[in-house]
Amino acid sequence: MSAVIFFIAAIGALAGAFGVVMLRNPFYCVLALVCHLISLAALFLLLRAQFVAAAQVVVYAGAVMVLYLFVVAYIGEADEPLHRPGGALRVLSPLFGLAIAIELCIAVLGTALKGINSKGAPFAPAFGTPKQIGQAFLTQYLLPFELASLLLLVAAIGAVVLARRRRGLDDGGLDERLHARLRPAFTGTMAESGGIAAGHIHEAQEVTIELPDRVGASSGSEPGDSAKEGGW
Amino acid sequence: MNIGWYLVVSVLIFCIGTAGVLIRPNPMVILLCLELMLNAGNLALVAFSRMWGGDDGQVFALIVMVVAACEVTVGLGLIVALYRRQLPVDVDELNELRG
Repeated sequence: MSAVIFFIAAIGALAGAFGVVMLRNPFYCVLALVCHLISLAALFLLLRAQFVAAAQVVVYAGAVMVLYLFVVAYIGEADEPLHRPGGALRVLSPLFGLAIAIELCIAVLGTALKGINSKGAPFAPAFGTPKQIGQAFLTQYLLPFELASLLLLVAAIGAVVLARRRRGLDDGGLDERLHARLRPAFTGTMAESGGIAAGHIHEAQEVTIELPDRVGASSGSEPGDSAKEGGW
Repeated sequence: MNIGWYLVVSVLIFCIGTAGVLIRPNPMVILLCLELMLNAGNLALVAFSRMWGGDDGQVFALIVMVVAACEVTVGLGLIVALYRRQLPVDVDELNELRG
């Protein structure tokens, strides 16, 4: 029974991996990777790594892949050429992959590890449970655990810095619309911090009807100025 | 199933990922192929953990997942920044650092 599940999951994982490399549309590539990850979670379950399998499905196939899908939908790329046009890499890279596969198979299967041809260590009841993993994380591997959390923090800040909207990169359409809206002073919005003077907001506050011409004329010079100095 | 079978699957996934990194010109698909390679490493870690009967491999498989998540956030942030600057999202066109 476990052999049948193993072969189904292994074929699913390999087919998903091939799909990532071979499909033209990046959207379908991401979906193939989701299939691959779920098959891999089944393999983890066969290896009695329950917690890793659950984390794989929830974190990887759930959260990370949704992030990918958002970016693919944002960039909105159509089908693309699969290979680089006319490169030598087109022929060489599958051969390189095949060579690495053969070499690694020889290296892995030719080792003197006796456990490779066994079904693994004898059954231990608590193996791979969240309790055991949590204990290992908080006692023996506390330093890697803390370093991983620090790395996550750094990556989150880095992603915000990289992907934030810079002044001067856009054509200014959104900025104009933000500045033209009437709102009370000191509401703490991005438009307020982006250089609209408080006096203008006070002026605008008295006029309850929206007058885009007047507000656009009074604050129109500032986004134009700041748009010139923006950059990468 | 013997542990060796899992290792062979892990090797094959890793090589498919390597070939994908070399073939595909789109940086987003290159990130996906890097995910494939990291997952192959994860499978090998969990298989060896099963072989020895210890938890250490699973712990480090989780750490690898954290590192992969960080790589994805920074990589996707770079791709979004490229797109915002209206640069081509293609690793062959982005050769300014070649010197």
